[in-house]
Amino acid sequence: MAPTTRTILICSGKGGVGKTTLTANLGIALARLGVNTVVLDADFGLRNLDLLLGLENRIVYTAQEVLAENCRLDQALVKHKQEPNLSLLPAGNPRMLEWLKPEDMQRIATMLAEQFNYVLIDCPAGIEDGFKNAVAAAKEAIVITTPEVSAVRDADRVIGLLNTHGVKPIQLVLNRVRPKMMANQEMLAADDVTDILALPLLGLVLEDEQVIVSTNRGEPLTLSNSKTPAARAYSNIARRLQGEDIPLIDPAKEGLGLRDKMWRLMQTKIF
Amino acid sequence: MSTTLRDILDKLLGRQPASAKTARDRLQLVLAHDRSDLSPELLDQMRREIFEVVAKYVEIDLDEGEVSLETEDRMTALVANLPIKRSKAKKLSNGQASPPPPKQEASTLAAKEQETPPPTEEQKSAPPAEETE
Repeated sequence: MAPTTRTILICSGKGGVGKTTLTANLGIALARLGVNTVVLDADFGLRNLDLLLGLENRIVYTAQEVLAENCRLDQALVKHKQEPNLSLLPAGNPRMLEWLKPEDMQRIATMLAEQFNYVLIDCPAGIEDGFKNAVAAAKEAIVITTPEVSAVRDADRVIGLLNTHGVKPIQLVLNRVRPKMMANQEMLAADDVTDILALPLLGLVLEDEQVIVSTNRGEPLTLSNSKTPAARAYSNIARRLQGEDIPLIDPAKEGLGLRDKMWRLMQTKIF
Repeated sequence: MSTTLRDILDKLLGRQPASAKTARDRLQLVLAHDRSDLSPELLDQMRREIFEVVAKYVEIDLDEGEVSLETEDRMTALVANLPIKRSKAKKLSNGQASPPPPKQEASTLAAKEQETPPPTEEQKSAPPAEETE
């Protein structure tokens, strides 16, 4: 029994900004902190969470069989071998979308909340039925976006919908930050994005090639003791969720050479 | 707005300003419209009607007038800036009425023009943002 379960929707509106990567890494990171965590793939149309976690070959049953009562919940849950505090509830067949309702997702989330401290829901892109089903199951949300106009605009739409559904708190993760471009003012600054969206910043993840390497292998960065920038960022997000006070990194100070420092001088406000 | 060395250099060299500022400005504008869910046509119609109502009471400078959506902290405000040429309230009850001021900002109107019917030109759902383009 976990009376204080946190059910968190991870959403973005726009596709390809890093929802599933965040869900996988955050799930592992939380599990490593010793909390019982489950990740729920709510993207029934285009499921990928199993692949990023390296669990694609171990799926027997899915949410579909659980809902149809063809299996018990614990039969469908896939426990991560290296990190047994983490389980995955795989998404069902895309054909489920024809009959799946918000109440079905609520039922699953309630069942999961009885066993786990954290339920992380990987939301599908878009704001249609898939989103509405997923949001019905969530209590709080993490909106992930990149510092690009299209991603920020879509995030804004999603935040509006989350507000109407009474989901709160809503926190922001800024992904794929390129410090040099930010320093040169050729990329929206973190402050710009938090001001525009009016959300508190939960984490700031630098653009990191290792993310691709880790997805190739099906081993989230947080699984090893990797010290790459993205791995540190994901672990910090997990610890902040757990109430630890960890300062956000300052992208302007990340890996700057003399030339970049000159640039920064140029950006200093003089009047 | 603040100025940086780079802004000056950009101006001197005739270069485009840094794109982050452009991104920010474009986003703020598009989000104000997204959030209000008002189409440009509806906004235009509303603008015309507001002008009509205000024009009943005061003479406004139509060329300078502006009604726009501004957004701050996820609150969208309708901000009207209608410069007044002359008050139309000719017959003031007491003799000591001052001549109407030539031109003033809509935001200061309420305080200064107490003799005229209550002006409706400034409508807000949120505190106004300071800067107007």
